[in-house]
Amino acid sequence: MSDRNNATAALADVAAEPGVAKPDPLLVADNVQRSFGGLHAVDVDHLEIQRGAITALIGPNGAGKTTLFNVLTGFDRGGSGDWRFEGKKMSRLPAHRVAHRGMVRTFQLTKALSRLTVLENLQLGATEQRGEAMFASVVRPLWRRQERAIIERADALLARFRLDHLRDEFAGTLSGGQRKLLELARALMVQPRMLMLDEPMAGVNPALTQSLLEHITDLRDEGTTICFVEHDMDMVMGTSDWVVCLAEGQVIAEGPPQAIGSNPAVIDAYLGKQHGAPPAEELTS
Amino acid sequence: MDYSSILTSGVYGALGPVAIGYVLAAIGLNIHFGYTGLLNFGQVAFMLVGAYGVAISVSTFGLSMWVGVLVGILAAAVLALILGIPALRLRSDYLAISTIAAGEVLRLFYRSSVAEPLTGGVYGLQRFGDDLLDLNPVPPGIYEVGPLAFTARDVWLMSVGWGLVALVVILVYLLIHSPWGRVIRAIREDEEAARSLGKNVYAYKLQSLVLGGVIGALGGMVFTIHQQSAHPDGFDPVVTFFLYTMLVLGGAGRVFGPVLGGLLFWFLMLSFDAFLRELMATGYIPPEILVPSDVGALRLALVGLGLLLLMAFRPQGILGNRREMVLDVR
Repeated sequence: MSDRNNATAALADVAAEPGVAKPDPLLVADNVQRSFGGLHAVDVDHLEIQRGAITALIGPNGAGKTTLFNVLTGFDRGGSGDWRFEGKKMSRLPAHRVAHRGMVRTFQLTKALSRLTVLENLQLGATEQRGEAMFASVVRPLWRRQERAIIERADALLARFRLDHLRDEFAGTLSGGQRKLLELARALMVQPRMLMLDEPMAGVNPALTQSLLEHITDLRDEGTTICFVEHDMDMVMGTSDWVVCLAEGQVIAEGPPQAIGSNPAVIDAYLGKQHGAPPAEELTS
Repeated sequence: MDYSSILTSGVYGALGPVAIGYVLAAIGLNIHFGYTGLLNFGQVAFMLVGAYGVAISVSTFGLSMWVGVLVGILAAAVLALILGIPALRLRSDYLAISTIAAGEVLRLFYRSSVAEPLTGGVYGLQRFGDDLLDLNPVPPGIYEVGPLAFTARDVWLMSVGWGLVALVVILVYLLIHSPWGRVIRAIREDEEAARSLGKNVYAYKLQSLVLGGVIGALGGMVFTIHQQSAHPDGFDPVVTFFLYTMLVLGGAGRVFGPVLGGLLFWFLMLSFDAFLRELMATGYIPPEILVPSDVGALRLALVGLGLLLLMAFRPQGILGNRREMVLDVR
C-alpha cells in the first residue's frame, strides 16, 4: 500500500477543482470538442492526467465519457482540440499511431478475437514485429527469433493473469470475465505507458472483479498510468487515486475519491438539481 | 449407361485448365474473404484484367507473352488500389458493392466497340499463348492414364498450371502462418481491436486486396492462355459466385479449401453434365422432358441445391472446423 500512497500523495496538494494542473501530467488536453449535429457530446476545456496514478472517469449515462476516450485514442476522428502525450502532440493521430506512442485502450464491449487462440491474441499485441511486413513474413528466419521472444513474453502474461490453461483455446470460447482479462493482457503486450480502460468491470462476476482490481493496482505500482471509465462506485472508491466527473460533455468536478462523493456538483449531475431543494426554484426536470 | 465415361468427364473437368484458373482465383478470394474478411464480389474483374493483360500485350501490341504476364499482374494490382483506396476506408459493404460493379463495368467496357481496337470487342482476342506452348518439352503423342488420355499440349499446360497452384498454395501457407497472417486474421475478427493494438488496418486490407487480386489475375491468365482465346463474356458475374461456391465447399479460411473445393466443384459439374447427356442419349429421359440445351441450366440448379445442402449440414465446408465456425464473431 505504500506505493498506493505515492500516487495519492503526489496528488494530495492538488486543489479539487475542474481542470486543475497536476504536478506531473502524462496527458494534457485542451479544448477537446466533439459534437454530433447540435449535441455537444464532449466539451472539455482543460484536463490533465497524472503520470503513474489511477484516474477514474465517472459521470451519468450520456456524459460523454466513452466519446472522450474515442477522441483521445484516435478512434473517433471527428473531434477537435489539442492534446499532448508525454509533451508531444497527439491530437488527430490515427488510432494505430496512438497505440504505438504508448496509449492503449480497451473496449466497453470486450473485443476478443474469437477465432484466434488466446496465445495468438496476445502475440498480436506485440509491436514492431518484423514478420508483420508482407514480404518479410514469408521468410521465416527473419522473424523466428523475435517470435520466440514474443511467445515467452505472452506466456509470462498468461501465467500472471491465470489464463495459461486456456493458452491454445479459441478466444471465442472464453467467458465474459476471462475475455476482460485477455483484453487487458493483450493490451499489456503493446507495453503501454498509459492504459485507457473502458468499463473494465462491466459484466465481470464478483470473484473475478477482485482479481481484476488487483491487477490494475499492480500495474499502477509498476509505473503504468491508468485511466478508466467506470460505473461501479466501489471500484472507483477502492482503486482510484483521482476522480474526474463528466456531465454533458464537460468536466464538472475533480478530486480525490473520498472528496468526490460529497461534491455538490457531482451529486447534482447524478441526482438532478432539485434534490433537497425547495420546490419553488424550478419545475423543469 | 457408360459410367466410366461419366466419371472420366468429371476427372477431365477437375484437372483441366478451367478448373486450374478458377482454383487460382478462388485462392485469391480466400485471402480476401476467408482470411481478411473482405467482401469481394468482383474477383472476376481481376481475372479479366489478368487475362486481357496477356491477350492485349501479345495480340494487339505484338509483345512477348511474358511481358503480358507482367502487364496482367500490374493491371490487377492497379485495379485493387483503385477499388481499395476509397472503399476500404468505409464499412465492408461498400467494397462488396464497388467490386461487383467494377466487374460488370470492366466486362462491358472490354466488349464495347470503343475498346474494340484494343480488346477485339465482342470478338475477343486469339492466339496469344504461343510463347508458352513453344516451350513445351513433352514429346508429341497421346499420354494415357487408365481411361484418361491427354495430348502433349494438355500434359504441358496442366503441369504448368498445377505447378503454379502448388507454388501459390505454398506462398499462402507461409503468409498465413506468419505474423502478417495473424494480423489479417485479427482484422477479419475485429478491425477495431487490431487498430487498438497499433496495427494499420487500412494498409493491411489494401495489401490483402492487392495480393488476392494478383492471384486472381494469374487464374484468369491460365485458362485463357490454354484456350488461346480471351472473350469478355467468359467473365460475367456468375464466375465470382462459382468461386464462392468452390471456396465454401472446400472451407473458407483454409489453405487447401479452394483447391479441394475447386476439384470437387468441377468434377461434380462435369460428371453431372455427362450423366444427364448419357440419360438422354440412352432414352431414359425422353426429349419431351429435356433437350441437351437445357443441361447447362440444370447443372446450375444442381450447384444451387448442393450449396443449400452444404449450408444446412456442413456450413464450415469440407476442411472447416465446426467449433471454429460456431464461435460468435464479436
